[in-house]
Amino acid sequence: MLLKYLFAKNENIPAGSAAVFFGFSSIIWFMIGTGLGSFNAAKLAFPDFVTGVEMFAFGHMRQVHVLAVIFGWISMAFAMAMMYITPVLGNTRLWSEKLGLWNCFMWNVALSLGLTLMWTGITSGREYSDFPWPLDLAVAAFITIPLAVNVWMTILKRRTQGIYTTNWFFAASTFMLIIVFLVGNLPEYFHLTGLTEAYMTWWFAHNVLGLWITPVAAAIAYYVIPKVTGNPLYSHRIGHLHFWSIVVFYSTPAAHHLMSAPLPEWLKSFASVEGVLILVPAIAFVSNILLTMQGKWNMFVENLEVRFTVVGVLLAIPLNMQGGFQQTRSINWYVHGTAWMVAHAHLALLGFSTFLEAAAVYLGLQTLMKRKLYSLTLGNLHFWLLLIGFSIYWISMTMAGLIQGAGKIYEVPYIDVVIAEHPYMIARWLGGTMVFSSTIIWLFNMWMTARAGTEVPVGRMPHELAYER
Amino acid sequence: MRFREYKFGSRAFGAAFGLSMSITLLFPSFDLAASVSSEAGLEKQLASGWDSGWQIKDFFLEGKNKPLKVLVKKDPKTGEPLQQPVYAYVYPAGISLPNGVTHTANLGRGVEEMSVNEGRIKEARVENGAVFLIEKTDKLLTFEDKPLAYMVNATATKGWTPDDVLKQAADTDVFHVGAGKTMFVREGCWWCHTLLPEQTQDWQVFGAPPMLGDFNGESPTAFGSDRKGPDLLHVGSRNASREWMMLHFFNPRLVQPHSIMPRFDYLWGEKDADGKTIDYAKWRQEYDEYREGKLVSAPDVPMYAKDSEIRKLIDFIVNLK
Repeated sequence: MLLKYLFAKNENIPAGSAAVFFGFSSIIWFMIGTGLGSFNAAKLAFPDFVTGVEMFAFGHMRQVHVLAVIFGWISMAFAMAMMYITPVLGNTRLWSEKLGLWNCFMWNVALSLGLTLMWTGITSGREYSDFPWPLDLAVAAFITIPLAVNVWMTILKRRTQGIYTTNWFFAASTFMLIIVFLVGNLPEYFHLTGLTEAYMTWWFAHNVLGLWITPVAAAIAYYVIPKVTGNPLYSHRIGHLHFWSIVVFYSTPAAHHLMSAPLPEWLKSFASVEGVLILVPAIAFVSNILLTMQGKWNMFVENLEVRFTVVGVLLAIPLNMQGGFQQTRSINWYVHGTAWMVAHAHLALLGFSTFLEAAAVYLGLQTLMKRKLYSLTLGNLHFWLLLIGFSIYWISMTMAGLIQGAGKIYEVPYIDVVIAEHPYMIARWLGGTMVFSSTIIWLFNMWMTARAGTEVPVGRMPHELAYER
Repeated sequence: MRFREYKFGSRAFGAAFGLSMSITLLFPSFDLAASVSSEAGLEKQLASGWDSGWQIKDFFLEGKNKPLKVLVKKDPKTGEPLQQPVYAYVYPAGISLPNGVTHTANLGRGVEEMSVNEGRIKEARVENGAVFLIEKTDKLLTFEDKPLAYMVNATATKGWTPDDVLKQAADTDVFHVGAGKTMFVREGCWWCHTLLPEQTQDWQVFGAPPMLGDFNGESPTAFGSDRKGPDLLHVGSRNASREWMMLHFFNPRLVQPHSIMPRFDYLWGEKDADGKTIDYAKWRQEYDEYREGKLVSAPDVPMYAKDSEIRKLIDFIVNLK
């Protein structure tokens, strides 16, 4: 199917093809990414589980898990949302379905190649920017730039007068991602070394979360909630506050990831203050979406997309409370480098953002394929396995992190910390495995939706039809 | 362009984003560029070489394009015993020189002048190879009262060639620290072991936190962010036993029953020190029997071969002083 359309004329490609392929690719990458995560967690809980093979060593697989979920699952789900939502909000078609399909195809190729190489140990040794520079350039050329071109051209060619909130975020984020990706990898192109390299590593890692994942995930909520509930967005002004405070406050605290490294003290203090100010966009976003729900809270129970979105938005509250304050000097010295951070990272990517992307993929695939979701029961199972699995993971890792922090400041011999953390490592594995199982159910459900879902009549939205199974 | 109505917005965006880039990239770069390399920083970059991550000359991260750290006991040129043995950093012909030699500004004010004028490091050539030493002056570093250390190109100042230095050294005096750092990066040791004691109570257990000049020229710094095992920045000062390291890498549970570290037995390769093929299946079976209480003692860990990857990794680890 994909291959057939790659060489078709642009006007012969059905609208939404790129989004559909991105949607299914993202679910498959989600399955791969969480499968790897579950495997890694098993190794931390049971260190003699699969040993003696270099390819299955923890140090070879951890970064594959991280990049598979960030660039496979999350970013592809974003691309899916953009290919679907941007034209809809502009009352037009995607600028080029063909570019979108090639983008999807090359993205899968580049990511599979990159992760395979990384799995064998080919790495730049920089967290989150682990790809060596030739692969970085491939990511820029095949992933980030074509995506931005398509989104920007669609917005420029729109047939509406204004630009809706969601599209501000899509446009700004695709642009900022290119800058962040190219600038953040400068140390590899030009062999910058020492603290500059270390700082740039975390500059990249911070900004890819702050200027790509967080705003795009939020933009999805700005679309899904008004669209499905039928309520207009509570406040355009608060949307403005959210957007501008993201650009100003979220792009500056990169140094707070290195509070214990010998960076300039002014930089750390500045980053820490800016880090607290992340609460401004966070509060603006959460309040705006929850107030949009007024009078439609029944849909939180009845409608799957709304439920996923609202849970993602609710998880943004603990996420930003942690994020705002854990990087201040008074708290960072206790939790830095512990499992607390692992829990926080999963709250951001598996909690907040995954729930929002899942909503976008559910809604987008049903709308574009004009098929009602095959089974609500399976959808509910996906939701609850994901939520409970994530919660087990998050709570157990937070507790482990607090134990580890105490061990750190009271100078407990490290092996005692390892022993104390062991039960939580098992809990983490159980939680992660539940998340992995949920993705299999989801893939099956979406596949069956494509094959056997009830057709949605022209002019109707999928959420207007009753669930059948 | 239908972005007309967004004229103000797009300019405001440019201003905000540009300001943010200036504050987070441009201004810190002045401070970071002004850092003066400490002795630890010189040691790290001379020992680890040009880069320890992926590079064209080391495509599969096998530890290629790396210098050797050699304990020199006799003057390689004259053969006279040295009064005090010194560590030399040997870059055989063709091995990329470290960043501080190719870009001397990287060493920082004071260290750069001494290394260029006294140490003659600019005369080092990749084609011929070079031998470097670290020497100290009576001067003190301005930011802390430590003696200012600088690089010396011993090939230029003393006529020590890489071949001569390697020829006079016993194999036990040659340390594959640079290649070991590549193993450290490739095997992802830094996903669990930080190289960054924190500026809190942490340093009382794991040693002093690194200072500003300790990283100049090092790439990647790989100091990690997620600690699941002890910090290793000064591990060689706490435990320099190669035997312990050997047992621990082969199977950490041999020396620390509660460890969750993976086994790195595959770094031994196929042959042991005597050239015999290592029978991993047999070893694992005997180890399982030992764990079940059927054997009184654990099976012996094979001695690693001279050119095995584990030897390089252990060289790197015990060199972390």
